[in-house]
Amino acid sequence: MWSIISVLVENKPGVLFKITNLFRSRNYNIDSISVGITENPEVSRMTITTEADEKQLNQILKQLDKLIDTLEVKLLDEKKSVYRELVMMKLKVSKPTDIKEITDLANAFKCDVHDVRKSSIIIEITATPDRVSALVDLVKGYGILEMARTGICALARGGYENES
Amino acid sequence: MEKISGARSLMIALEKEGVEIAFGLPGGANLPIYDELYKSNIRHVLVRHEQSASHMADGFGRVSRRPGVCFATSGPGATNIVTGIATAQADSAPMVAITGQVPSKMIGRDAFQESDIIGITNPIVKYAFQPMSPNEVPEVVKKAFYIASTGRPGPVLIDIPKDVQQNEAEVHFPSEVKIRGYHPWVDPDITQIERATEMLLSAERPIILAGGGVIISSAFAELQSIAELLMIPVVTTFKGKGSFPENHPLSLGPIGMHGHAEANKMMTEADCVLACGSRFSDRSVGTFEEFERNLKIIHMDVDPAEIGKNQTTNVAVVGDVKTSLRIMVKMLIQKAIKRNGESAWAKRVKETKDYYRENLKIHPHPLAASKVLKKLREVLPTQSIVTTEVGQHQMWASLFFDVIHPGTFFSSTGLGTMGWGFPAAIGAKAAKPDVPVLDIAGEGSFNMTENSLAVSVLEDLPVIVFLLNNFTLGMVAQWQRTFYDRRMIGVDLKNCPDYVKVAEAYGAQGIRATTLDEIGKAVQTAIKSNVATVIDIPIDPQEDVLPFVAPGTSLKDMILPS
Repeated sequence: MWSIISVLVENKPGVLFKITNLFRSRNYNIDSISVGITENPEVSRMTITTEADEKQLNQILKQLDKLIDTLEVKLLDEKKSVYRELVMMKLKVSKPTDIKEITDLANAFKCDVHDVRKSSIIIEITATPDRVSALVDLVKGYGILEMARTGICALARGGYENES
Repeated sequence: MEKISGARSLMIALEKEGVEIAFGLPGGANLPIYDELYKSNIRHVLVRHEQSASHMADGFGRVSRRPGVCFATSGPGATNIVTGIATAQADSAPMVAITGQVPSKMIGRDAFQESDIIGITNPIVKYAFQPMSPNEVPEVVKKAFYIASTGRPGPVLIDIPKDVQQNEAEVHFPSEVKIRGYHPWVDPDITQIERATEMLLSAERPIILAGGGVIISSAFAELQSIAELLMIPVVTTFKGKGSFPENHPLSLGPIGMHGHAEANKMMTEADCVLACGSRFSDRSVGTFEEFERNLKIIHMDVDPAEIGKNQTTNVAVVGDVKTSLRIMVKMLIQKAIKRNGESAWAKRVKETKDYYRENLKIHPHPLAASKVLKKLREVLPTQSIVTTEVGQHQMWASLFFDVIHPGTFFSSTGLGTMGWGFPAAIGAKAAKPDVPVLDIAGEGSFNMTENSLAVSVLEDLPVIVFLLNNFTLGMVAQWQRTFYDRRMIGVDLKNCPDYVKVAEAYGAQGIRATTLDEIGKAVQTAIKSNVATVIDIPIDPQEDVLPFVAPGTSLKDMILPS
């Protein structure tokens, strides 16, 4: 079961290490992790996605909560949250018409296009994992030279902040 | 405000926490701390190896229920206490370990005696601090003691760079600290306790499983009240051994890999278990799936993460076990429930207990473990503190040494650290100097920390090492006999060294006891003389620990002596 966990942590050195080391030492799986500061500079939000069965997921939430540097641990319901990932892909441009085709695809997916060159082009998408996969499928024929993903970033929708 | 050094503020902060004794060994990176220790009222116990300092602090902590303190220098000094920290973590023992670190500007440059002890110990500490300025030290110490001793206790590390020890700053000593991400006190949910009580009352074959949490929270009286009001038999985990008097008619003793036959048997026949302060370790319950089959589980624990970790729980009560049990006792008294021992289940329990106590075959050797340990029980006052090492002797202690007075038995049950028992006993003696302290040992384990004899002798912390000497790494030998077709390798210690001479070389008393009578007299001599004593008892290397629940099997597959 793929799940999104949102964790508020103390914004200080070593906390990311403690979280990832917990996953490693207890044999849990991190699918993606993104970390950034929040409206409160003393607090960071980590968004962790993981593949786990219900029993293991329950343990992950409790073990995260047990860490002294975690302030809040929540399981986000996909339907009651907004979650996105930013992905950049550098695609191979083999012939001049590729640029037009890729740009059209990018527009259809509301992607930004950067760094258009004779032999490569960078597209940037911010979307749900499903849409990202769909785009990856469509563009992989051109040749994906490089790819960078931020991992999922998520917030509970308004009114659902206190559900877990 | 006057400026003081980080080392000085450390010492003042420790004194404010009531620290009177610390175990350790100095080195280059903690000399400023030692220089302040020289000027303070804290008694320093010099060890011969830092690992022992951590075990002494652990033993002190378990007995006094206040964090034991140990000091080590950076690099190898710090890595030498890793085993001690892991042991304390596995058994939820309160400890504050204080290491020196290379100067902050040298961190990360692979300096001499630099080790990333914060990184190394991350998975085995409850928390770790690395103050980077002298004025952080008092708050760090206050937080360390608070974290180590509250909720589910555990080890906390404070790693102090040498320049932070030396530099001076204006420091403030907080009278209390708040940690926003740490909530050790959870009031148990009354509704859950009501549900638990109903479930226990409606069970046909209820049983109580008492774990180490009962000892940590000192819930002895509450546990006994519930058992007696409901006439429910009590089994314990190995760590919970001594949470319930083992001479009580309702006591069945520890369950598990080397649990009592009657305890394992009744555990498998029960339909409802009240588990108090237990984490359902694999050593206690065997295979998880088999244990929970046809069993309703009520789980009381201070650590919410333990609920559902190893066993599926029917009713969970999160909170201090003593508080939870006390509320349950009140509920039972309000309902005016007082059962007699006339139920079919009570009869079945008594019958089973009597059967196994009378019919289990005893190893045919004049110094069979059961005889030796029963002799020890006869002569050792019940208030004495007993520790053990790890191996066959430990499991024999579980089987044959009855703990009568609650909270007097301690062992490395989680990590299973050989060499723990002797230094832990010295720490225990420091915490309770008025009672005899005895380490039930095997020679394989004793070898690992026997240089603590110097500490026991010179620091006037006399403990008795009750050495069940079978000249072999007995538990490994037993597994090689049982599972590896008697291909014996790496287990023969060839009766080397002579432990009587070892004791004497350290200025301790060495006694060889070769009969039950001599064993009894040796223990009495050791207690009366009040000097560190090693009693070397040659036992039969062929004796197995039985009953035995083989790893990966369930309690009902218990192998009995034949």
